[in-house]
Amino acid sequence: MPRLINLHPPRGSAAFLAVLPFLVLIAAYLFGSNTRLEANPDDKLLPSVATLVDTVHAYAFEEDRRSGEVLLWVDTWASLKRIVVALGISAAIGLGLGLTIGAIPYIRALAAPFVAAVSMIPPLAILPVLFIVLGLGEVAKIALIVIGVTPVIARDVALRAGELPTEQLIKAQTLGASSWLLSTRIILPQLWPRLIDAVRLQLGCAWLFLIAAEAIASTEGLGYRIFLVRRYLAMDVILPYVFWITLLAFLMDWMLRIARRRLFPWAESQR
Amino acid sequence: MASVTVKRLWKEYGRQVVLENLNLRIEDGEFVTIVGASGCGKTTFLRLLLGVEKPTRGELLIDDKPIPPEPGPDRGIVFQRYSLFPHLTVTENLLLGLEFTGSRFLGRLFGAKRRTALEKANALLDSIGLYAARDKYPSQLSGGMQQRLSIAQSVICEPEILLLDEPFGALDPGIRADMHEIILRLWSQNRMTVFMISHDLKESFQLGTRLLVFDKRRQDPQDPDAYGATVTYNLPLKAKATDRLAA
Ligand SMILES: Nc1ncnc2c1ncn2[C@@H]1O[C@H](COP(=O)(O)OP(=O)(O)OP(=O)(O)O)[C@@H](O)[C@H]1O
Ligand SMILES: [Mg+2]
Repeated sequence: MPRLINLHPPRGSAAFLAVLPFLVLIAAYLFGSNTRLEANPDDKLLPSVATLVDTVHAYAFEEDRRSGEVLLWVDTWASLKRIVVALGISAAIGLGLGLTIGAIPYIRALAAPFVAAVSMIPPLAILPVLFIVLGLGEVAKIALIVIGVTPVIARDVALRAGELPTEQLIKAQTLGASSWLLSTRIILPQLWPRLIDAVRLQLGCAWLFLIAAEAIASTEGLGYRIFLVRRYLAMDVILPYVFWITLLAFLMDWMLRIARRRLFPWAESQR
Repeated sequence: MASVTVKRLWKEYGRQVVLENLNLRIEDGEFVTIVGASGCGKTTFLRLLLGVEKPTRGELLIDDKPIPPEPGPDRGIVFQRYSLFPHLTVTENLLLGLEFTGSRFLGRLFGAKRRTALEKANALLDSIGLYAARDKYPSQLSGGMQQRLSIAQSVICEPEILLLDEPFGALDPGIRADMHEIILRLWSQNRMTVFMISHDLKESFQLGTRLLVFDKRRQDPQDPDAYGATVTYNLPLKAKATDRLAA
């Protein structure tokens, strides 16, 4: 009998196994929804598939009576804009900080303890401060994500820079590299894949901060909508929205993974 | 080419004496092979020559001038591993030295300059048998191919001194013969002074024009760190590389 750790599912079974938990979840939902609706047709907790389809259709394809806009797309566009801009800013700052902290001992001495301390601030705790200082507009929401995500990215990137074998750095110097060339041609290119990984791991946090900020002060956005309809116990809106957010986050993660593989093939074979 | 002079050199880490009272004179263009027990300070000696370690006491002179305090293109190094840049292809790894010295800001060459550099790189790749692998990444190369590339990478900068730290240690004996041929050829073509650490005595005798044996003169069984290693044998060997290439 081979050991369990050496038993690998064949391709077909692997696909089936991957789908299985999803099927179980859907089945459990349908069963729960049916039983509750049979007992009480006005139950709002687990809406029927028909109700869900109607609501999704209304939100995704019909104009809202009050605003004349198709709400799901307005919300999606608003949220995506915020999160993409915020992650872009975070990645840029994180990479710059991480590279200089990792490469230049004086910058490390100056900035590493500070970044480590700042990364311990619970971002949600300073959300009120952001709203007071930056107002209730876009800037505060983006700032929350940036503040929450950047220090972690910077530390991760700096860690990677520190992991580069000293042999490499010495070798580059014997080939005539200045600090500048060492940073731009040896260290920086080797940090890109790790930057992508760091951003991927921070996607969950970024969405968390975004939804929190939108829940508190916003006029559109996926998080805003969820917290708005919560008052009416509109599970038929909340559940599809949650599903949609999950799908968006998953797609972002997937695209980053593909980009990493396409752009940095050398990093794949190295693992 | 450059001569190396070591005068009453000591290297200590804390209270551990690694090298004690080293005195040497190595002339231009010698091929120095270094052997010695593991942990006796051979790598430390190369790191001193490289400028990444400072002597605790004593002097280290290249062409009778104090050694520059940082690694530079005048002294090339080949480590046992990790000498290549994983994000660059074989050609890019080889071009790197030319690009660093030829373009101080971008570190990249363009146009005619790039073509000249590529010609030089391709000729070198051809001579070490890596031309067919020129677009591969280091992780796709065998150990022997990686070390050949690493040596060529240093040689392309035309260093005065080439330092090799057990460059063939991880390779099997069959491949080593080819590597010896390559290193001797590059040495005679480029007129460098070579220092090569090896744990293979036969190899050291074959390649070197001079063999240095590092060992401790004195031992304190109660305190093994009290005394350091020094050069216990300094043997001149056969002189001309070309003779040995033919042999
Ligand atoms: N940075 C350091 N700090 C403290 N001790 C060190 C340092 N580098 C080397 N040593 C000590 O110096 C001694 C010599 O080390 P070195 O690496 O030069 O040996 P070596 O002769 O190259 O051995 P090997 O053949 O195993 O490579 C060792 O005892 C090691 O513990
Ligand atoms: Mg060593």
